[in-house]
Amino acid sequence: MSASLPLILLMAVLYASGTYVLLERSLTRVLIGFLLLGNATNLLILIMSGRAGTPPIWHDGGDEAGFADPLPQALILTAIVITFGVTAFLLALIYRSWWLARLGDQGDALVLEHEEDQKLAEEIFTSTSEDDDAIHDVLEASEDEGEATEDAHEVHP
Amino acid sequence: MMRVLVPLVVLLPLLGAGLALMLGRMRRVQPVVSIGALSATTAVSSVLLWHVDTYGAVVIQVGGWEAPWGITLFVDRFAAIMLLVSAVILLGVLVYAVGQGIADGNRETPVTIFHPTYLMLATGLMVAFSTGDLFNLYVGFEILLGSSYVLLTLGGTGARIRAGVTYVVMSLVSSVFFLSAIAMIYGATGTVNMAQLAVRLGELPAHTALLLHVMLLLGFAIKAALFPMSFWLPDSYPTAPAPVTAVFAGLLTKVGVYAIVRTETLLFPNSAPGGNLTMPLMWVALATMVVGILGAAVQADIKRLLSFTLVSHIGYMIFGVALGTQLGLNSTVYYVVHHITVQTTLFLAVGLVERVGGTTSISRLSGLLKRAPLVAVLFFIPALNLGGIPPFSGFLGKAGLLVAGAQVGGWEVWVVIGGAVATSLLTLYALMRVWNMAFWRSRAEVEAGYRSRYIDTLVENPDAELPDGTQATTPRLMVAATAGLVVLTLALTVAAGPLFALGDRTAVEIADHDAVVTAVVGDAHGE
Repeated sequence: MSASLPLILLMAVLYASGTYVLLERSLTRVLIGFLLLGNATNLLILIMSGRAGTPPIWHDGGDEAGFADPLPQALILTAIVITFGVTAFLLALIYRSWWLARLGDQGDALVLEHEEDQKLAEEIFTSTSEDDDAIHDVLEASEDEGEATEDAHEVHP
Repeated sequence: MMRVLVPLVVLLPLLGAGLALMLGRMRRVQPVVSIGALSATTAVSSVLLWHVDTYGAVVIQVGGWEAPWGITLFVDRFAAIMLLVSAVILLGVLVYAVGQGIADGNRETPVTIFHPTYLMLATGLMVAFSTGDLFNLYVGFEILLGSSYVLLTLGGTGARIRAGVTYVVMSLVSSVFFLSAIAMIYGATGTVNMAQLAVRLGELPAHTALLLHVMLLLGFAIKAALFPMSFWLPDSYPTAPAPVTAVFAGLLTKVGVYAIVRTETLLFPNSAPGGNLTMPLMWVALATMVVGILGAAVQADIKRLLSFTLVSHIGYMIFGVALGTQLGLNSTVYYVVHHITVQTTLFLAVGLVERVGGTTSISRLSGLLKRAPLVAVLFFIPALNLGGIPPFSGFLGKAGLLVAGAQVGGWEVWVVIGGAVATSLLTLYALMRVWNMAFWRSRAEVEAGYRSRYIDTLVENPDAELPDGTQATTPRLMVAATAGLVVLTLALTVAAGPLFALGDRTAVEIADHDAVVTAVVGDAHGE
């Protein structure tokens, strides 16, 4: 099997930096680390498919021997979609955790208020604008408070 | 024409999930859809188990693409057993969750996504158990993990987000290991079809095979929560809603165990070059058992305690796999079935305890035997069962494993057997302390300032909320679902003879390497 050296080097760099960033405390960096690792793995699959070749479409007179291996590309495509989905979820998780860190117990209380009001909860489910408004209200309120209590609610980096 | 049942096992929960998502606004219809879908899955998988046991393994080449080009679905006895057990457990827990949702006005399951996500989790499990393709196994894992992320962080409270982050990051790391292992296996062999791999991996040089073997095991070990990759589990599972914790505890780690069994029997059997990891696995099993149960022995929170026993008992299954003998595999199969059922039931019972007592900390619970005798019975039976008291299935499974170990012999095996016996006793100790404190101790004793050195040193759950006592109702549906599963655990004892016979046939089948290859790719050379 032959492989391209630049690809291998790139993969190694991605794996190394991905692992390093994944070990950081900040969640956003963990996410970046995961993305780097995911792409490193995709590159690994690509490298494992061997040398580049012609598009693997069979037709009369086509050179079957020069075909690129199509299976790893299908695998990469699947892996990319999965990484994308998980990234979206992680972003939501990070946003939520930032919100909770910023608001503390108030963040929880906000959700409970909505849950008590069944109608409002369903509206939030369909439109996020209400949700955002509510966050802004509480954020403004907490900033006012924060000025009084010497930035007690500041997020710790 | 039984072959059509195999895709059906996956399709039923998948279609149910889509339907439940569309019916998001009709809260009364959603449970009907999901219970219907899982009941149908249960029915289909029981027919499948019967068929597979009578006529042998079923192989489907999806879309008519012959192996190794297409994706192979492969259901033998082991897969069929896992399919049936998961379907039954998923159904039981769903009924429990519906009961809880009705009683709480959906406070624990606040949004309409619970049912679709739960069914997606079921889909992922079914894909993972019915596949004969390594990459498809990865996809199955990702489907069930993706759903489990959502279920674990349901409601998005601070504690659940914290637990969720640990869980998601650990799962991602294990997925990266697994996917990289698949890539390297493809590079080395040029296929991801498990049957073909079974042949080609055997032709690799020993050191290459060993590397691939260990990579694959690392990915699975995080999922199965093997020591030293088990520390994430007790921190993440207990914060989820009771039914979610129950189904995670029962099924998610067992997918990892299932994958390890497949790796050790089909892909890298002991006879293959680089395949013999008996000793490392044996020590991992011992460490998992002992470290897990020592963690359980100092927990005051019942949910955390049960999470530690969960980790600990994974060690038994790995012990059976590591032995690799027919009796070892046979007992592992029985133990997996026993453990899925009992661990789920215990978590459901603790969910009931939490409703009656308002907390899950044994230093605050008391007098539950008088207040809720039925809940007490529903906790007591699976607790004895997990502790390995005869005649329950926990005893039979452990006895099988220990006999299998004794047959192999050697001082290492005897050390592990000693560890297994100690683990069993410590499990009993931890659970009986729960029983004594939460159920047996009277309320007057707590009010009079009960002190005991057996509970003073215990570690409380850092995320525990103070008891509010607002959930005094225990809906009949929840109790009925738990009782149903308790009866099922008892049935495992009653039907132990036929089950062990089935386990025996399963062990013969999964050890028969060539039969799988012939069934999937036609000839025994996999060319």
